[in-house]
Amino acid sequence: MGATGDPIPFRREGDRFAVVLPRGAREAFRQLAEQYRDLLRDEDPSSDPGVARLFPPAREDDPLANLEYEHAAHDGLMAGRLANIAVVDRTAANVTLAEEELLAWMAVANDLRLVLGTRLKLTEETTEAEFAEDPERSEAYDLYRFLSALVGTILDALPEPVG
Amino acid sequence: MKVAPVEVDRPAGDEVHEPDLPWIVIVWNDPINLMSYVTWVFQKLFGYPREKAERLMMDVHTKGKAVVSSGPKEKAESDVSRLHAHGLWATMQKDT
Repeated sequence: MGATGDPIPFRREGDRFAVVLPRGAREAFRQLAEQYRDLLRDEDPSSDPGVARLFPPAREDDPLANLEYEHAAHDGLMAGRLANIAVVDRTAANVTLAEEELLAWMAVANDLRLVLGTRLKLTEETTEAEFAEDPERSEAYDLYRFLSALVGTILDALPEPVG
Repeated sequence: MKVAPVEVDRPAGDEVHEPDLPWIVIVWNDPINLMSYVTWVFQKLFGYPREKAERLMMDVHTKGKAVVSSGPKEKAESDVSRLHAHGLWATMQKDT
């Protein structure tokens, strides 16, 4: 991410994390989170492949068990995702974040990567050049890379999970 | 090391209520989740040391999938849904 000399966007300070993101980047992220909330409200796994990617089946080959799993797990997964979005909405302009808030940022950024990456039909070999002729997809790919950098730099800032 | 099973006479019907076969939870490769993120999720959710989490992540990445946890059905269901909450592609199946 970025050229040498760029400020590190997330820096651990005691039990909190300083956020050194330009206002434009914060606003872009907040707006993306808002669009993500609308997407979850307006679409479901059957109508949008990006949403389907967020609520995958639990069995490879057992439609009945998958239906049961969907009933049991969907509401909890949805509530968790909406709660993370609410944290981003509330803290997008904050100078520092608690670890739980930073984790919510990472979760929202990663969910959005899954939605965008699924829509763009990304593979491990995808490069920017594929979208050169298509401004709309090129813009989506730029957002995807912005979110990838967010997730990567948040991971760098987080303490090692207790093993 | 594996030892050849010993044949034993079991009372008829013993296999009807066979002890809970463990279930396994499989994470599948996907082209979107970052390798560093997948490693972090394995550490965070299962408490695995970094080395084990990285090995599992590399198995997912290079072999297409890896068994990341096992246990009774309820535990497998809970692990699958925690992995889904973190955006990983996970399924469960009875160990065979």
